[in-house]
Amino acid sequence: MRPELALISEWIRPGARVLDLGCGDGALLAYLHEHRQVSGYGLEIDSANIVQCIQAGVNVIHADLEAGLEDFGDSSFDYVIMTQTLQAVWHTEPLLDEMLRVGRQGIVTFPNFGFWRFRLQIALHGLMPVGKTLPYQWYDTPNVHLFTIRDFEALCRRKRIDILQRMVLNHAHQPHLGPRLWPNLLGQIALYRLGRA
Amino acid sequence: MPHHFPPDSVGLVTPQILHFEEPLALDCGRSLAGYELIYETYGTLNADRSNAVLICHALSGDHHAAGYHEGHDPNKPGWWDNCIGPGKPFDTREFFVVCCNNLGGCKGSTGPTSINPETRKPYGPDFPIVTVKDWVHSQARLADRLGIRQWAAVIGGSLGGMQAMQWAITYPERVRHALVIAAAPKLSAQNIAFNEVARQAIISDPDFHHGHYYEFGVVPRRGLMIARMLGHITYLSDEGMRAKFGRELREGKPNFNFDTEFQVESYLRHQGKAFVDRFDANTYLLMTKTLDYFDPAADFDQDLSAAFHRTQAHFLVISFTSDWRFSPARSREITRALVRAGRELSYIEISSEYGHDTFLMPIPLYHQALHNYLERVAQEVNGSVAESHHVGDLATSAAIQVNAHAA
Repeated sequence: MRPELALISEWIRPGARVLDLGCGDGALLAYLHEHRQVSGYGLEIDSANIVQCIQAGVNVIHADLEAGLEDFGDSSFDYVIMTQTLQAVWHTEPLLDEMLRVGRQGIVTFPNFGFWRFRLQIALHGLMPVGKTLPYQWYDTPNVHLFTIRDFEALCRRKRIDILQRMVLNHAHQPHLGPRLWPNLLGQIALYRLGRA
Repeated sequence: MPHHFPPDSVGLVTPQILHFEEPLALDCGRSLAGYELIYETYGTLNADRSNAVLICHALSGDHHAAGYHEGHDPNKPGWWDNCIGPGKPFDTREFFVVCCNNLGGCKGSTGPTSINPETRKPYGPDFPIVTVKDWVHSQARLADRLGIRQWAAVIGGSLGGMQAMQWAITYPERVRHALVIAAAPKLSAQNIAFNEVARQAIISDPDFHHGHYYEFGVVPRRGLMIARMLGHITYLSDEGMRAKFGRELREGKPNFNFDTEFQVESYLRHQGKAFVDRFDANTYLLMTKTLDYFDPAADFDQDLSAAFHRTQAHFLVISFTSDWRFSPARSREITRALVRAGRELSYIEISSEYGHDTFLMPIPLYHQALHNYLERVAQEVNGSVAESHHVGDLATSAAIQVNAHAA
């Protein structure tokens, strides 16, 4: 259980209807079902993950997020969640739009590329960063868009997306004072709750 | 003579027949005065009768879904034997599995080859065309007679998946889970077109005699064979046929005639001929019409999600990438409607090159999905009993089962 999943659950109203984009093995939905009595679905593209979701009793739908969310009606979910997924999709902007069309609120988490260790790796060694939240080499990474907290917030401003809540975790995945004061430098993972302006 | 069946087989099975006296009103406006259904069961019904699972067969299937019949080829178990048995996805240690031959069939349930009590001759073409809904009503009466108020799951592939869907729509409170595999919410014009060519092949056979061929002591062999050959093309995929047959010539060189030259021709002719010996042409005609007419949204202003609105079942929808008869896009029509209706569902698309026929094949990921899903269903209906089975138990309990059958 990634610690960020428990933190996300704090943001979820009990009994809410939730859509989890790129739900993996269904760990978050199973957790939210148990602790927040949510209903809803996970979308996942990997068949091996899907059979794990089925085993966990999580409603899962085989889907490619790049194709959008056309099967889902406007505001048909209380929350649409994307954990560690936004950096791995090509159609970033359309997916953010879709997320806030289908969900009343969106919850996004991503690895912050501005984290000081990543900056050091580039600055000192001249190598693409590899670390706990970015465990891949440049040639085998599923992450096609890497971005920082400042990048993301600039996009939200441009798209007039409301940032309702933000939590930034340090390398120990704790929301300590450091990342609260210097999020883009000390934050390793960023969590956002978003709404339509 | 002791039987030696594989340890994960349900072993020797004997079909049973139930007679239903009460008339069954059909969609077509006619009614059947009385009818018989032949069926098989595997496993044991639990004390609160909550672990029953209904398997619905497809176009050319029947009630013999698993195990072996006395005196039959030991290499030819029931049509879905790879899925039904101890330790298999439909685990007979957990579930009481029921499979019947549908009305209009030719394997023992009342159909065109049965004697019409009014004329004392086979119904032949006078047997009413039944619909999926009619089947579901007839199966519900079978459930009543077996003392099953609610199915733990109704399951089927292709036309069988359509029955599972119809069950959830027609009897919402009687289905806990509906497993809809390689199906479609209704046939496309292309699907109907293939069916029509198959029907014309049968009807235009000189031995068809307007469906009264029984009286002439003949069967429309050529027509039925061509219908089956055509069907088989739609059950396979382009890539699957290429992998299996390529352009291989049986004799290594072209003979410049119309004999069987390519391997694929040989395969299709073999399938066609084998089918003629085990299937009735009037039943084939009827079943293709049943397919054509299936359209549960028609009762709801063509709104499929409205059709699903009253359903209570949890759905598992499965499709196969190379299936072009009922492609993944057709399954997504079903899942979209279920999502819009706010139903509980899971959907998985399985990679396979075997086309529509994949639903009968033991593809590991496919069977894993079924296994994982049904394991939870078993836990729901049997409680923690399900967890007492460990892999090590399998051989023992299967051995007991085989001994029981041999005894």
